[in-house]
Amino acid sequence: MSTSSAVRSELAAGDVQLAVRNVSKRFGGVRAVEAIDLDVRQGQILSVIGPNGAGKTSLLNMISGFYQPDTGTVTMEGRDITNSRPNQIAERGIARTFQNIALFRGMTVLDNLMLGRHVHMKAGVLSSFIYWGMAQKEEVANRARVEEIIDFLKLQDLRKQPTGALAYGLQKRVELGRALALDPKVLLLDEPMGGMNQDEKEDMARYILDVNEEWGVTVVLIEHDMGVVMDISDYVVVLEQGSRIAGGTPDEVQRNPEVIRAYLGTSKGKGAV
Amino acid sequence: MADAATAGKLSEQFTLPQLIARNVANYPDAPAMREKDRGIWITHSWAAYSRHVTDFANGLASLGFKRGDKATVVGDNRPRLYWAQVAAQSLGGVAVPVFQDSIASELVYVLNHAEVAVIVAEDQEQVDKVLSLREQLPSLRLVVYDDPRGMTDYESDILKSFEEVEKLGREYAAANPDYLKNEIAKGKPTDVALFAYTSGTTGKPKGAMLTHANLIGSAEGFIEVEELHRGDEWLSYLPMAWVGDAIFSLVLSAVVGITCNCPESPETVQRDLRELGPQIMLAPPRIWENMLTTINVKAADASPLKRHVFEYFRRLAEEVELARSEGREVSGGKRAMHWLGEWLVYGPVRDQLGLRRLRWAYTGGAPLGADTFRMFRGFGINLKQVYGSTETSALVAVQKDDEADPNTVGRPCKGIEIKIAENGELLIKSRGIFAGYYKQEDATRDAIDPEGWFHTGDAGFIDPRGHLVIIDRAKDVGKLSDGTPFAPQFIENKLKFSPFIREAICFGNQRSYVTAMIAIDLTTAGHWAEKRGLAYTSYVDLSLKPEMAQLILGEIEKCNAGLPEATRIRRFLLLTKDFDADDAEITRTRKLRRAFIADKYAPVIEAFYGGASGAELVSEVTYEDGRKATVRSDVVIHDIGGAPAARQAA
Repeated sequence: MSTSSAVRSELAAGDVQLAVRNVSKRFGGVRAVEAIDLDVRQGQILSVIGPNGAGKTSLLNMISGFYQPDTGTVTMEGRDITNSRPNQIAERGIARTFQNIALFRGMTVLDNLMLGRHVHMKAGVLSSFIYWGMAQKEEVANRARVEEIIDFLKLQDLRKQPTGALAYGLQKRVELGRALALDPKVLLLDEPMGGMNQDEKEDMARYILDVNEEWGVTVVLIEHDMGVVMDISDYVVVLEQGSRIAGGTPDEVQRNPEVIRAYLGTSKGKGAV
Repeated sequence: MADAATAGKLSEQFTLPQLIARNVANYPDAPAMREKDRGIWITHSWAAYSRHVTDFANGLASLGFKRGDKATVVGDNRPRLYWAQVAAQSLGGVAVPVFQDSIASELVYVLNHAEVAVIVAEDQEQVDKVLSLREQLPSLRLVVYDDPRGMTDYESDILKSFEEVEKLGREYAAANPDYLKNEIAKGKPTDVALFAYTSGTTGKPKGAMLTHANLIGSAEGFIEVEELHRGDEWLSYLPMAWVGDAIFSLVLSAVVGITCNCPESPETVQRDLRELGPQIMLAPPRIWENMLTTINVKAADASPLKRHVFEYFRRLAEEVELARSEGREVSGGKRAMHWLGEWLVYGPVRDQLGLRRLRWAYTGGAPLGADTFRMFRGFGINLKQVYGSTETSALVAVQKDDEADPNTVGRPCKGIEIKIAENGELLIKSRGIFAGYYKQEDATRDAIDPEGWFHTGDAGFIDPRGHLVIIDRAKDVGKLSDGTPFAPQFIENKLKFSPFIREAICFGNQRSYVTAMIAIDLTTAGHWAEKRGLAYTSYVDLSLKPEMAQLILGEIEKCNAGLPEATRIRRFLLLTKDFDADDAEITRTRKLRRAFIADKYAPVIEAFYGGASGAELVSEVTYEDGRKATVRSDVVIHDIGGAPAARQAA
């Protein structure tokens, strides 16, 4: 089956695609994220782990433009996107899913995915309304891409189902589908396996790997299931209380004493902030 | 029609690939197959069908596939898996379709036994399964996959995509333009076309060798008694390894030119069925029962007025159908109302199910409840029973439109002789009788006697009308200790007509009374529990609830009411898990493996007849990845009507 319409980045595998430099964010007196550096390389699956409140989601929110960082910069393929709005960042090829599912519950799976194609639709209100010429062509092309995603994520039987009525694990899958509909170069996934059972986790891990391998999409993953993280990641970054305490391959990270301390709390390596 | 002139002789003249060449010559642009992909039905004409078969066959030839080699297909129904089978046959090879949900150990046995050289797998899941077994499959030379999804990083010297093989085929054909044509011409109707591995309720599966003449002959016998036209829509959703699918999707399509439609995925069958609106259909009882459940659930959710209208016409439909089957006259008023019902209820329901264009439909493989059967007929669906088996190339007996009856399986097709042996076993002689079990001459001699009668292993009789009635597997029919004949399957089927009972097994041979182990149906029983505010967590938990036992007790009493006093069920228990093919308790076609179950549950049977009030169920569960785990639970044995334990002691 052709995957030709998926957009591949022009960067070579291994080049830095998304760079986060010295980014900080405070909410009142709370330092959510403290001077974090992060290099996401083309074609990587990079996981960000850390205990609750470590600042993982805040970091993702800054990359995707939902928060403005207090200091530091975010660049995507060399272009500064630090103060861009979420829709502009989406147009740059960064798509995300949310920890708490954010789908249109009353709309069907198909419509939710078609909405994900919104960035790629250029036709004006009038021509869309009369569904003629360019608007029609565009609709057909976008539907074809959405059908590829439906096929990829095995959602064929759910096309016309309202998403609100679906099981939790399926809603997560639809959300991934909507993010993919953007044809992203980088996919930010915030706990895609939260609240799933083992079978559903295995399926989701498979989909993430396939998206990465088949479509060459770079993945930044926040996930609490260490088994999954260690299995599928190329690189793991560990945060604790807003700071980056370690980074490396899954093996390196698992052996890192700082990481063991942060997770198990055996000895006090440094004073609490 | 030109086809009609040669009818009855095709099986002596053609192989399947030769029939397909005939179809391409006669109607190249007619639709041969459709598949739904990405939400769109894609049509393949006979010319396209033949082109793919040609390319793939040439590709196989270039990779060393020879006359007599075996090619397996494994996966859901996809056009390419059908083409691969015909391609193998074009080269004088044998197609060996296997069940897509087979676990690794089952596959190893069949693939090795058949000495399979080529495996065509649908997707990554199936490829992984096959590659994991590679060390154990010495004869395997080539694995071909249909769907490339997830296959990017696979590196294996024997792995190729379907497109790659087709491409090799085109190159090979350029260099050897007449090779394939000659190979197809060399084929004889008596060549083996297909190994159909029987599910095997006892021991290892056996590979029934079916020749082109068997398959085409069986199809010809069928079209002489049933109406079938070129272009009739047929939904190919039954397992490809089941000979029933092969006879329609491969053989009847080649013989008559019916169009095979491959659904998008197993989950979308219901929706695809409605989009397609097939003229002909074959479904096991489970599917009809599921449809009935869907109708009933939707009716229960409707507004009160609609619900009352539906209920009224449903009862009317059953009444009219019952009268019709008993040959009674229906009053004019009722006839008028039935006509009105067609507009208000029956037509719309058929439309919703996708059965509006249906000319006929068959149920087979297991008995369907008489009530369900009559309801569908009352709703205007021409549902009939069919009987067949793998060794007879699927089709033996069918019912005529005006003779539909839930209790019989109809009259033998043209060209099929049947007789009942002294021990009650059904014997068959026909063009469809297989050429023997592959590499098992002993089993073949047991199955086909010197006069050419095939021993079906089914116990049955012929009713006064000339209809065949199947009671049970002949070897399962036993006697209670007082000499009363005891047919366990007959009782189990009655039990399974209850919506709450998914599986049941009865014991009683050489015993003084009948006992039963019941597996509840999680969907319906779970729904029942929810409606009563009965909380449960899992299958195990639900099956241990006293309320569930009471519910099933009621269902068994209903079943007992229709049984002679001696063979009524006296004791039962509820199993904590459904029978599962992965645990070898049932076959892939959901037939009980009695000896295995009796062995596995020996302590339970002891408890049944030793008068104990409970038993410990120790079940070893095999997960899909092959791991095993043990689950233990104490279950209560329930008595029905009196204390049989005391009678046993007396």
